[in-house]
Amino acid sequence: MYVAVKGGERAIDNAHDWLAEERRGPQDVAELDVAQIRTQLGLAVNRVMAEGSLFDPDLAALAIKQSRGDLIEAIFLIRAYRTTLPRFGYSTPVDTGAMACDRRISATFKDVPGGQVLGPTFDYTHRLLDFALEAEGLQRSEAIAPEAHPVMPRVSQFLNQEGLIQDEPRPEVDAVPGDLTRAPLELPATRALRLQALARGDEGFVLSMAYSTQRGYAKNHPFVGELRIGTVAVEMEIPELGFAVEIGDVVLSECETVNQFTGSKTEPPQFTRGYGLVFGQTERKAISMALVDRALRWKELGEDDKGAPAQDEEFVLYHADNIQATGFLEHIKLPHYVDFQSELELVRKLRREADARVRPTEAAQ
Amino acid sequence: MSAYNFAYLDEQTKRMIRRALLKGMAIPGYQVPFASREMPMPYGWGTGGVQVSAAVMVPEDCFKVIDQGADDTTNAVSIRRFFQATAGVAVTEKTAEASVIQTRHRIPERDLRQGQILVYQVPIPEPLRFLEPSEVETRKMHALEEYGLMHVKLYEDIARHGDISTSYAYPVKVEGRYVMDPSPIPKFDNPKLGMAAIQLFGAGREQRIYALPPHTDVVSLDFEDYPFQAGKADHDCDLCGAGSSYLDEVITDDAGGRMFVCSDTDFCRERREAGHVGALGVEAVA
Repeated sequence: MYVAVKGGERAIDNAHDWLAEERRGPQDVAELDVAQIRTQLGLAVNRVMAEGSLFDPDLAALAIKQSRGDLIEAIFLIRAYRTTLPRFGYSTPVDTGAMACDRRISATFKDVPGGQVLGPTFDYTHRLLDFALEAEGLQRSEAIAPEAHPVMPRVSQFLNQEGLIQDEPRPEVDAVPGDLTRAPLELPATRALRLQALARGDEGFVLSMAYSTQRGYAKNHPFVGELRIGTVAVEMEIPELGFAVEIGDVVLSECETVNQFTGSKTEPPQFTRGYGLVFGQTERKAISMALVDRALRWKELGEDDKGAPAQDEEFVLYHADNIQATGFLEHIKLPHYVDFQSELELVRKLRREADARVRPTEAAQ
Repeated sequence: MSAYNFAYLDEQTKRMIRRALLKGMAIPGYQVPFASREMPMPYGWGTGGVQVSAAVMVPEDCFKVIDQGADDTTNAVSIRRFFQATAGVAVTEKTAEASVIQTRHRIPERDLRQGQILVYQVPIPEPLRFLEPSEVETRKMHALEEYGLMHVKLYEDIARHGDISTSYAYPVKVEGRYVMDPSPIPKFDNPKLGMAAIQLFGAGREQRIYALPPHTDVVSLDFEDYPFQAGKADHDCDLCGAGSSYLDEVITDDAGGRMFVCSDTDFCRERREAGHVGALGVEAVA
């Protein structure tokens, strides 16, 4: 006698208990605390903040702890929390030109006013496992912190003095950029919305899209005009006061690419720009974003549609979000036996019919 | 859960969703874009359905959730618990008692009545998506009522296989205007789409809502010489003996032995309690 499978509720409870136990791991190993994650796994925290679209290092660190280090899961936790938060308003545009930079480099000029500042980068490390890190409590040489942050004018503005680079088209002063998280994405999207989608898009996806342009799928000859990482003040207009006050600061990575452009039917030869701006120290993402932004601007610059994936706004924007992607991908784990049953019946029926068509011929032979 | 509003979503969001629902009801079968929120369960787990249920739910509601027709599948349990925790509404497994029923992949066997709401979880709301991947293009095709591509697909199926090779998510035409995806229900369920209850469809990841008001004219696409046929396994339920319900095939032993049981667990239970016994069933304990 068959009894239909019951016990979904108990199975779920048990799975949750087991998950909690696995997350904690063996009791004889000290538990990670959120401050350790925040301060020692800072780049993971940055990625979670960037793709979670919420600047809060403590919450991001908590999410990483809760998700056992699965960053997409952590991003999901942050997104699901973020969406419940009320909107008090929008900040005034942040002035990244006034950024207190920890890192600032330009690949287009040997030296620039304000200097090249490497900052805490992996760039020139040799990727050799440092077994000394296995030992705890080692004293490390201390970095010499810069005394003050010098003024660092934008590199692109030097090119602009000669009129060699296209001005960033300025939106109307009063134009409020759309909000991807409050209105459904409709196409064609404005550049502001495209940048929003890229800024919270999956780092791996945006990286691969950017990489594809470098390999020839809508190549756009990018130079890193400037990459800067540092702290900027966030200001908000308070209606009762009538002026903007500083409400906090955020760390941003900003990348401006300078792209060769030989001109089109509508535009003269000049350098053009791609732009990337991401929460935290996340420069791989910021550079990737700038390349993809530039590739998506083909229409506005009168370039040819080369049919490349990175030029296809719908393709890029609809597939960049890893929370959407992972959800839909993983949902095929859920039961589908009703659909499958109807497919079973269909295939059986088609086979019967095919059989009936083949059999008489065989008999004749 | 007191940190969250009734049924989780804030009232502004519910209002936005209700507007989309009203528009959907006014234009049956039309896909209304809405600003879908991230929910505390993943996309693909029914976030569209959950948002629609949250938007229509009132404290007096009695809520039922089914997945594959069953109340006890894990995701149905999870969604039911979510609303128990966030809305504190009464829940039931009985189709007749429920005022709001959220479903994935099935329509209950028992006829729904006026006043009930059936909320569908929809993965891909666009019936033309597998013929044309671009959303920009498919929206244009709906606007121009340009459905030739779909008819060609159905025709080619018949030419190639002798049959239309779509067995679930079978496309329908609504009130002679919009071609609509009824969500991945087996085509067996299609004839019930003109029901007396309100039917609401939510696709969270794709940010679309659509609706069928009561007694809407819903026609499964077909040809005069190849009329639509709703199919099911050619068996009776082995537990309750029902001959007209949609059946799941269950593999029962290593030798590939199998039995067929109602996919609608509440329907099957009700019949067994009424004394019906299938070939492999035992009499219900009263």
